[in-house]
Amino acid sequence: MLEIDVKKRLRDFDLQVKLDVARGKTLMLVGDNGCGKTTLLNLLAGLADPDEGRISLDGRALYDSESGTNLPPEARGIGYVFQSYALFPHMSIYDNVAFGLRTRRMAAGEIKVLVKEHLEAAGLWEIRKAKAADVSGGQKQRIALARALIIEPRLLLLDEPLSALDVRKQAAMRKELGETIHACGVPCLIVTHDLRDVACMGDQACLLERGKIALHGGAEEILSWGSGMDARGE
Amino acid sequence: MASNQAEIIHRGEFSSREQEIISISDRVKGISLKAGLAALLILTMAFIALPVVALFLKSPLDKTLGSLYDPMVLDALSLSLMTSTLTTIVVVIMGTPIAYVSARFRYFGKELADSLIDLPVIMPPAVAGIALLVAFGRMGIVGHYLNAFGISIAFTTLAVIMAQVFVSSPFYIRQARTSFEDVDLAFENAARTLGASRVYTFFYVILPIAMNGLISGAIMAFARSLGEFGATIMFAGNFQGRTQTMPLAIYTAMQGDLDVSLCLAIILVAISFVVIVLVKTLTRRMYKNARN
Repeated sequence: MLEIDVKKRLRDFDLQVKLDVARGKTLMLVGDNGCGKTTLLNLLAGLADPDEGRISLDGRALYDSESGTNLPPEARGIGYVFQSYALFPHMSIYDNVAFGLRTRRMAAGEIKVLVKEHLEAAGLWEIRKAKAADVSGGQKQRIALARALIIEPRLLLLDEPLSALDVRKQAAMRKELGETIHACGVPCLIVTHDLRDVACMGDQACLLERGKIALHGGAEEILSWGSGMDARGE
Repeated sequence: MASNQAEIIHRGEFSSREQEIISISDRVKGISLKAGLAALLILTMAFIALPVVALFLKSPLDKTLGSLYDPMVLDALSLSLMTSTLTTIVVVIMGTPIAYVSARFRYFGKELADSLIDLPVIMPPAVAGIALLVAFGRMGIVGHYLNAFGISIAFTTLAVIMAQVFVSSPFYIRQARTSFEDVDLAFENAARTLGASRVYTFFYVILPIAMNGLISGAIMAFARSLGEFGATIMFAGNFQGRTQTMPLAIYTAMQGDLDVSLCLAIILVAISFVVIVLVKTLTRRMYKNARN
């Protein structure tokens, strides 16, 4: 279970969020650009510090302003798929996926077995020696997800995971991504602008407006709000 | 009606002729612009290449090869290579963390620190030399105390290295800073969330991505050290085998034997050329290996 109750002063407004995400459930974060969605993911990952509040995962505090707890990103055990995928350009696909295991000083033989398993599951084993820059958008997305999942994260964060793909690929990848995430059985937060993502992958959804939760409930509630929009999305 | 048609036809002819004239004038303009740019390029290249070619034309090969065994040439060559290599090592070790901190972090006095780092680029080398002398010379503000312990820096090989570090460090630090700034923060963040510490991230993610820029910065620093003259002669003096680097030897030889001077100049040109080719090849090979 992920429990969030944080506050952070941003440039134009306060980001103030209080919500829980149960194990195996996916929370979709929607909202306008600059409303604080990605900042919230960064606070959870430890890449930015809240001003006050508490973040706990499975009962263990990742951040607690009262007790002064603030685990660094490398100690949080969180899988994060960045919007740009952030695949290391100087490494092969194999090395990208193996990176998280190498930082844990795992034996080379063990690393090979695990990387092979994940790359085969993602259909990437054949192109393991290719550079990240030389593969398609869909493959990059799979690599980024495999790299985040191989460390067996206790929480999964995805920042607009499909936005870099063309529309035709998005539909296929959306289904695949949803299945992979649900199979993990950990709490998952996905930032998106696309209500089709909410419908396909979300168990619950949260609409952020200028740093505050404007709407929080089942994915269907956000979808019904979306159906009230006109053609211009207003 | 007929006269109207004739007028329209006439107008049509006139406008097509006019269009033809405009298109010819456009073409002429385009050609003259290209010719002008080509002339400018040729002139610039000739301006740079001509003196280098003249060096080779003016120095007979047998005399140049003979001068290679001149003790003055050998001393200057070994001293220059030794001091420039040491300078580059010092600059890289000292400059890399400074460049990284400058690229990634904000701290009190950052503007001042960055300006100070860039200062030697603008400062005339002779001024740098005299500044080093009044700081670390025997009567200098620091050198005075060092002298009390029997440590003398000015007019030693150490002074040559210090002068070279002073003038060449901004060339490396500026380039390294830009290279670090160009590394997307997302790579660093991704590495951290995957379990890498700051140090691990720096050595395994940031440094390899910025490597190309760092190498070219190191080449610039090495080349600047090799050509350093003003600060060296002011702070380290001109003693053969101890502080007389190649540019100083060229200057000294010009007073007597021009052949020795030309020989040294050609060696410097050759070294510069070899360094550029060597490093470019190494960089390409490094990236090829990384790809495989």
